[in-house]
Amino acid sequence: MSTASTPPTTRHHLLSVLVENKAGVLARVASLFARRGYNIYSLAVAPTDDERFSRITIVADADSAPLEQIVKQLNKLVNVIKISELDPLDSVERELMLCTVKADASSRHNVIELVSIFDGRIVDVGHGEVTLAVAEIPARLDDLEELLKPFGILIVQRTGRVALPKLDRTFTR
Amino acid sequence: MSEEPIRMNGGEALIKALELEGVEVIFGLPGGCILPVYDPIIDSPIRHILVRHEQGAGHMAEGYAHATGRPGVAMVTSGPAATNIVTPLCDAYMDSIPMIVITGQVPVGAIGTDAFQECDTIGITRSVTKHNELITRAQDIPLVVRQAFHLATTGRPGPVLLDIPKDIVDPTNPNSAMEWYWPTDEEVVASMPGYKPTTKGHPKKIKEAALMIGESVRPVLYVGGGILKARAAEALLELAELTQIPVVTTLMARGAFPDDHPLCLGMPGMHGNYTAVTAMQESDLLIALGSRFDDRVTGKLDSFAVGAKIIHVDIDPAELGKVRRPDVPIVGDARLVIEELNRALLALGGAEAQPDRSAWRQQCSGWQEKFPLSYEQSEPGQLLKPQYVLEQLRDLSPENTIVATGVGQHQMWTSQYWTFRHPYTWICSGGLGTMGFSIPAAIGAKTGMPERTVWAVDGDGCFQMTAQELVTAATERIPVKIAILNNAYLGMVRQWQEMFYDERYSEVYLSPDLPDYVMWAEAMGCVGIRVESPEEVAPAIIRANSITDRPVVVEFRTDSSELVYPMVPVGRSNSEIVVGPTGGEIQ
Repeated sequence: MSTASTPPTTRHHLLSVLVENKAGVLARVASLFARRGYNIYSLAVAPTDDERFSRITIVADADSAPLEQIVKQLNKLVNVIKISELDPLDSVERELMLCTVKADASSRHNVIELVSIFDGRIVDVGHGEVTLAVAEIPARLDDLEELLKPFGILIVQRTGRVALPKLDRTFTR
Repeated sequence: MSEEPIRMNGGEALIKALELEGVEVIFGLPGGCILPVYDPIIDSPIRHILVRHEQGAGHMAEGYAHATGRPGVAMVTSGPAATNIVTPLCDAYMDSIPMIVITGQVPVGAIGTDAFQECDTIGITRSVTKHNELITRAQDIPLVVRQAFHLATTGRPGPVLLDIPKDIVDPTNPNSAMEWYWPTDEEVVASMPGYKPTTKGHPKKIKEAALMIGESVRPVLYVGGGILKARAAEALLELAELTQIPVVTTLMARGAFPDDHPLCLGMPGMHGNYTAVTAMQESDLLIALGSRFDDRVTGKLDSFAVGAKIIHVDIDPAELGKVRRPDVPIVGDARLVIEELNRALLALGGAEAQPDRSAWRQQCSGWQEKFPLSYEQSEPGQLLKPQYVLEQLRDLSPENTIVATGVGQHQMWTSQYWTFRHPYTWICSGGLGTMGFSIPAAIGAKTGMPERTVWAVDGDGCFQMTAQELVTAATERIPVKIAILNNAYLGMVRQWQEMFYDERYSEVYLSPDLPDYVMWAEAMGCVGIRVESPEEVAPAIIRANSITDRPVVVEFRTDSSELVYPMVPVGRSNSEIVVGPTGGEIQ
């Protein structure tokens, strides 16, 4: 895993993988990446509205030729139903970040102001620190992290991104 | 009218499911966790063959599948038995062999507690199976067994492992209670929404391929093991004769096209013959059918057949473009695609519409005349030449003899010197290169094809890895024949040390006399014969072929200095093929 502050490069590919919601399926997917020598940058998984299936959103480091191979290998897994590669320009993405940052009486309002600019919320408050939650596109989270650094970040937890294709807005009669 | 439910325990259900899948033989070895399944076997018509080591069970199931085309079945217990069968699983996965392996597992409640003979079989075998499944409910057994056979035998075939906890098959445990049912084909397919292999080739791509063939003047049919898995040998013969295109058969495809056919160029690759290797290098179109551009075939990839366009037909989409980007990729079953391709070629005018390729065929036959396989016969009093032994074995064995090998020099010589005329007469470990494969594989083949003569050609190194299965063969009256080419070395490793490590021989000497192979054979209930001079070779083979009531081991003392040629040194271009010890490089 790279650090969260590393901006995603063009080698990052976004895969949305629909799988059977069964024990061991995530292990099959993850070990396939390991076995074929590909790095997973981030991964998010949860059941879909249909409880028989889960959706895994994977951000993978790969050139496009190896990516084709990993997609084909993933397709061979019996429990994998469907794989879509999402073009970041044609999809909506979100990632959730929880971050505990130093914020004493003198700096707290600055932190709160920053968080509100990023449409986040303060979800926990201590004497000298706050924990904030922001759901945003990954690049905006990177920006926020950068801006929070001077205050003193104590811990960052990000979920990895989830994504869906953009809706078709072509006009049809 | 509702039928009375049939209640039974999971162990009975498992055996009944195997019977309904048409299983006639299980290769296995019982143990603690699989014990309850071994009880109903007593009352089942399924034959069980008790092996001496679980690796043997796996390779026997593979040999059975190779020879019969039906999935081989192996059953072993948990823990060490499961880990012992990992090698055959990987072997079957690499060579796309349909196989079902059933492993015992500790009771569901004990999983994860480091119980006695517990191991993470599913985790360990995940990357060496087409699919594996831990069954946690007795009620699931019929469906999961049907799924396993469907997966193993359709699409790209491969091994499927079922891990069965003891409590769901143990009649004394309430967890084993189930109501019998037998899912329909439709229910099986519907239960696996992620598994939909493409069998029919895309008509547009097939047309494209037919047109591309029609424009090629130096084409080669590059035929792999997929042809055999798809039962496509007849369709291939029709394609080759219709187009008059020469054929190379890879190590996994020996027998898919008759070696004595005028269009057959034989085996390509690292130890392929000069003509097969060079025809591919010089071709303008490679028609890859069920082959996968393995490194042992291509040599140095960026100099492999650089002038050739590629038509690649494979049932597995992941093979298309994995190594070499095809100009025309076709996903589909090799037999169905070739049949469609033949129709497309006929529609384009058939044989008359094909360009004149006589110059290309003449070039190929010129190479065949100039660079045939060759070796020098030994002087009187010297050790046997392995090639001579194989020529004699080939000529003195009945038509349709099945030959299995281990891995190493003896394997390459057998592939080179045998004349394969029929599909499914050649069994070897190609992808994984598993030493010790031949004896159990031959036993499995003979079990499935009892009327055929089955020879295992083995090296002395290989023999020592799985010889104990000859006890199984003797006990079960499975009269296989073993030819050991005893050169007292791990011969292929020795060859590499001679050629690439300045003759510094490191840990390759095995001794010709220790063990005494004849005494060992007889101790295992086999007939043992030792052959040391050329005039003894034929009589020994004739005698071995005449023995049909027990296994025979013939030990041939062969010349350890003999090397496998031709050879493309590893990492080099196929154009740098070395044809013989004195031949040097041919340009």
